[in-house]
Amino acid sequence: MLGKEKLQKIADRVLALSSADQTEVLILSNDEHLTRFAANAIHQNVSEKDVAVRVRAVLGKKIGVASGNDLSEAALQKVVESAETVACFQQDNPDFNSLPEPRPVQERAAYAAATAAYTPEARARGVATICSASRQKGLEAAGAFSTATAEIMAANSLGVSAYHCSTLAHIVTVIMSDTSSGYAAATAQDVSELDLEAVGRVALDKALRSRNPTEIEPGAYTVILEEAAVADMLSTLGYLGFGALAVQEGRSFMNGRFGQQITGDNITIWDDGCDPRGLAFPFDFEGMPKQHVTLIKNGVAKAVVYDSFTAGREEGKVSTGHSLPAPNTFGPFPLNLFMAPGTATKEEILASTERGIWVTRFHYTNPVHPVKTVLTGMTRDGTFLIENGQIARPLKNLRFTQSILEALNRAEMLGAELKLVKRGWGSSATCAPAAKIHEFQFTGTTEF
Amino acid sequence: MHELTDRALNLAQVKGATYADIRIVRRETQDITVKNGIVQELALDSTQGFGVRAIADGAWGFASSHLLTATEVDRVTALAVAIAKASALTKIQDVEIGPAEAHQDTYRTPVAIDPFSVSLNDKVSLLIEADREARAVPGVAVAESSMAFIRERKTFASTEGSYIEQEIIESGLGLVTTAVSEGEVQQRSYPNSFGRHQSTAGYEFIQQWDLVGNARRMGEEAVALLSAPQCPGRMTTLILDGPQLALQIHESCGHPIELDRVFGTEAAFAGTSFLTPEKYGRFRYGSEIVNITADAVTPGGLGTFGYDDEGVPAQRTDIVKNGQFVGYLTSRETASQLRRIHPDAPARSNGAMRADGWNRIPIIRMTNVSLQPGEWALDDLIADTDDGIYMLTNKSWSIDDKRLNFQFGTELAYEIKKGRLGRMLKNATYTGITPQFWGNCDAICKAEHWHVWGTPNCGKGQPGQVAHTGHGTAPARFRNVQVGVMK
Repeated sequence: MLGKEKLQKIADRVLALSSADQTEVLILSNDEHLTRFAANAIHQNVSEKDVAVRVRAVLGKKIGVASGNDLSEAALQKVVESAETVACFQQDNPDFNSLPEPRPVQERAAYAAATAAYTPEARARGVATICSASRQKGLEAAGAFSTATAEIMAANSLGVSAYHCSTLAHIVTVIMSDTSSGYAAATAQDVSELDLEAVGRVALDKALRSRNPTEIEPGAYTVILEEAAVADMLSTLGYLGFGALAVQEGRSFMNGRFGQQITGDNITIWDDGCDPRGLAFPFDFEGMPKQHVTLIKNGVAKAVVYDSFTAGREEGKVSTGHSLPAPNTFGPFPLNLFMAPGTATKEEILASTERGIWVTRFHYTNPVHPVKTVLTGMTRDGTFLIENGQIARPLKNLRFTQSILEALNRAEMLGAELKLVKRGWGSSATCAPAAKIHEFQFTGTTEF
Repeated sequence: MHELTDRALNLAQVKGATYADIRIVRRETQDITVKNGIVQELALDSTQGFGVRAIADGAWGFASSHLLTATEVDRVTALAVAIAKASALTKIQDVEIGPAEAHQDTYRTPVAIDPFSVSLNDKVSLLIEADREARAVPGVAVAESSMAFIRERKTFASTEGSYIEQEIIESGLGLVTTAVSEGEVQQRSYPNSFGRHQSTAGYEFIQQWDLVGNARRMGEEAVALLSAPQCPGRMTTLILDGPQLALQIHESCGHPIELDRVFGTEAAFAGTSFLTPEKYGRFRYGSEIVNITADAVTPGGLGTFGYDDEGVPAQRTDIVKNGQFVGYLTSRETASQLRRIHPDAPARSNGAMRADGWNRIPIIRMTNVSLQPGEWALDDLIADTDDGIYMLTNKSWSIDDKRLNFQFGTELAYEIKKGRLGRMLKNATYTGITPQFWGNCDAICKAEHWHVWGTPNCGKGQPGQVAHTGHGTAPARFRNVQVGVMK
């Protein structure tokens, strides 16, 4: 870990080297370790240390970006010069007003010394816990156990200077028999909060219960989606249309629907980088404080998220703290989505279901029709038939092709527990409840 | 460079490694994006560092750092060996990597015009002109065009005596137009969708693809799609164009032949494979006319190089021969594992291990996985089709975690009626089960239609890695396919 003082020095040095009208520097430092296992043994065990410096130089309304990971004086100077050179070749961007002015950022505790100090041996012992339980049942465990420390410094020549340091520990496992598989995962900023035995137990139990699955005809079924499956749908909504650029370009499902009911009235979705139930990350990649943004409230489309560029294109808007690193052609993005929970336990939801399908998680979901929010994907790692309020038997996996908004319009029950589901990138994570949804469209089956 | 590589390899052995290699990588990238007449992205990025891979106590360890100093090489090398020893805590058997690979060589992507020598102004001007052409079409809401250039210099050295220096150069370009109406968004992309088409080549690759000359057509097709009828749902005959077929091969053949997936190392993330080891050499993957190869030697292929990141020379391997499944993509370790099951399998890796930069460990990645051309002219193939659908350019994709059940959507489709292309159709989709689908392939177009398409965005591994792969295809016909899944 380099620490705030050292990163501030690098940022100051970069800003001093620049002769651009405005300059932004983003420093990302990471120290990451990951232990991967399969067939009950570690097969990949890696460590990475990197510091990347990204410079955005502004000349009038021309913008250039360059980056590097060599921290020597000569290399930093070269990065600054490259950004300025690139800006010179630009044409004016009439929509660009300015880099953002400083705004207060509240510090959020997100660092755990135990995670930062975790050793390869400790990760191996944790993995051994899961592999051993799997082996005892004659099954095979696969997965990854990672620990990481990350620092970010976002500063600009207008006075923005924001620093955040965080740690992250994540375990995911899939335990398999010849005919089945079971999944479990957990994420925490403090590795000592992870219960690896419990994670292994959940995956093992599901792998055992889903052995020898049988087919079921595709069609419309009531489903109980576990939290990971709901989080997958929410993340897709975020990608498809919760950002201001998608709305400004007319390609969001929110276009023309603000103030209208777009899901059932039991659905409320928001983004909040400061909520401690998620992975706290109090500012964006421009150093702007993350705001709580209510996207859908009681089923009504309310708002989308902004960065400084998209906010500057609309009268009276300010950045909500959702910028991605420059240059960013995708637009602002909600990295910390939440969906309001209901009141039922998953057992109560199950007991209330006469006939339906229990889905552990989805695999390889992709949008088919973005405006209609139609998504396709497969079920995976524990799919079961529900009959008379109980799990009746395991099912072979199914393909769904379903509009997310329509599904959220038919969500009869929501789970009381919010589960943190880590997405693929950095500290991006979604907090979602389980959901019971009617008439979920399954359009195909597979052979396992 | 020898000083750092020798230092790492010597120290690794002193610390107890029975094998070690080091890769020192410097990567420069240049990305340019023009959106609606404005340069939205112009970025020059560079990254450098090294990674040390070691076997100690019969298990793997890997560590990496961005600091190219002797002190850091010592720290990282010692850490890689320590991690390997920690890995051994769960070891079931010792890692075997087969026969030694010792090569001293250099390789450079052959280029006519170094893309980094072409002025930014020329590149931006070309994209601005293409953007202007696309947006000249009434109804086009967004036009986005881009170029990307990569230069990666890497040095590989191993305790077996290899010392290999490579310089891989890539050039890519693309344009996508978006048209919007009430409740409908349609896109058309050229030469390929999802970013760009890319090649191991110089700026001559950019000049070969007439982006400006095709921009207006992309705009017109996107607008026309808004009012086109929905692709109907039915079983029918399907003809796929080259770019869509490239992704079909990527997902339903390329990934399931990765032998690390087959042995379960991706089970908790990307999944496993239906092509399990007992099917090796004795499974009908497709019809008699289906011949698929994997090679890293096709000129311009995005999976073309001199040596993989284990220092194994680039090769060509049969994957499917006359419809029969005959080969995997392998690493040194998995080739040894397969040989324990099939003693007739090759002892040496076929060179498919690649890492996404200095900070990633090599894993099995597709090289250029290609469907060999057949005998048909495309016009003749359409004329020979009484009733069906012709689908072009990928729009969405999804496949199960063993790579059996897939569903794809394409940007554009046309009805085929009595041997002629008919109405344009929007939101076209098709679905199937991999061996059944390829078993129903009854015609493949000939070599003049064959092209190696670049896929610069293949994700795999934890931590995540993005690979650049190639797929040679010519349009092909498939019978009895379910189309129009979305109502």
